[in-house]
Amino acid sequence: MKFAIVVNEGPYTHQASDSAYQFTRAALKQGHEVMRVFFYHDGVNNGTRLTTPPQDERNIVNRWSTLSKEHNLDLVLCVAAAQRRGIADADEAKRNGKDADNIAQGFRISGLGQLIEAGIQADRLVSFGD
Amino acid sequence: MSEEGTIKKFLYINRRAPHGTVYAQEGLEVALIGAAFDQDVSMAFIDDGVFQLCKSQDTKAIEAKNFCATFKALGDYEVTKLYVEQESLAERGLSQDDLMPLTWEDEDDDWAEKPSIHIVDKNKLADLIEEQDVILNF
Repeated sequence: MKFAIVVNEGPYTHQASDSAYQFTRAALKQGHEVMRVFFYHDGVNNGTRLTTPPQDERNIVNRWSTLSKEHNLDLVLCVAAAQRRGIADADEAKRNGKDADNIAQGFRISGLGQLIEAGIQADRLVSFGD
Repeated sequence: MSEEGTIKKFLYINRRAPHGTVYAQEGLEVALIGAAFDQDVSMAFIDDGVFQLCKSQDTKAIEAKNFCATFKALGDYEVTKLYVEQESLAERGLSQDDLMPLTWEDEDDDWAEKPSIHIVDKNKLADLIEEQDVILNF
């Protein structure tokens, strides 16, 4: 089956990102396709490489990056949601006159069209959030 | 923009009051962007979500953008099916008179102006949810 995943909450505060990660990993392990993970609302906060949890805690951001590398997983942050919350890649930082970017490895920034497209193309779109 | 003319039934469910959290505003942004994809789109307003459609909202004092005015543009984006749960309105002491009179122009009927808002009970809403291919909650 071809899945698309939506993550609507940030890391640590909510379980949504953890559940989405576990679901995505399990689906891939069973041979399903995950065509995209789309991060919306505070979910875009899952995509900053500046996240620094205590050493004895899971690193939610790195975990997504690693999964992306292993499975060529498409991790997409909504551009409008990311701009509101201060998440930028090099292009976005330059375009908006910011002095730094902070996007984590394996993530990319794109528009809401990517969410709708995922809904159209996937057999199932599964949302995680409140 | 959809692949090979695939048309799916999309439902955006709005369950929260408009200004206390960002979900309603960012949900409306999805509905507006999604309109470009020529899908079969409906919106549902349940629980505190019914407050999003209340008329005469004034957000000046909380310094928030009054994005709810943008609901009036949905008809022009061909988002013309807005289902409001009757029970949610009643529980909050609201009626259709408290909601914005949202309309759309039917090009197949000499551009007749038609209401976009349909008040439905929760059983009808459950049937609508059952029919959908893609559901996004805001």
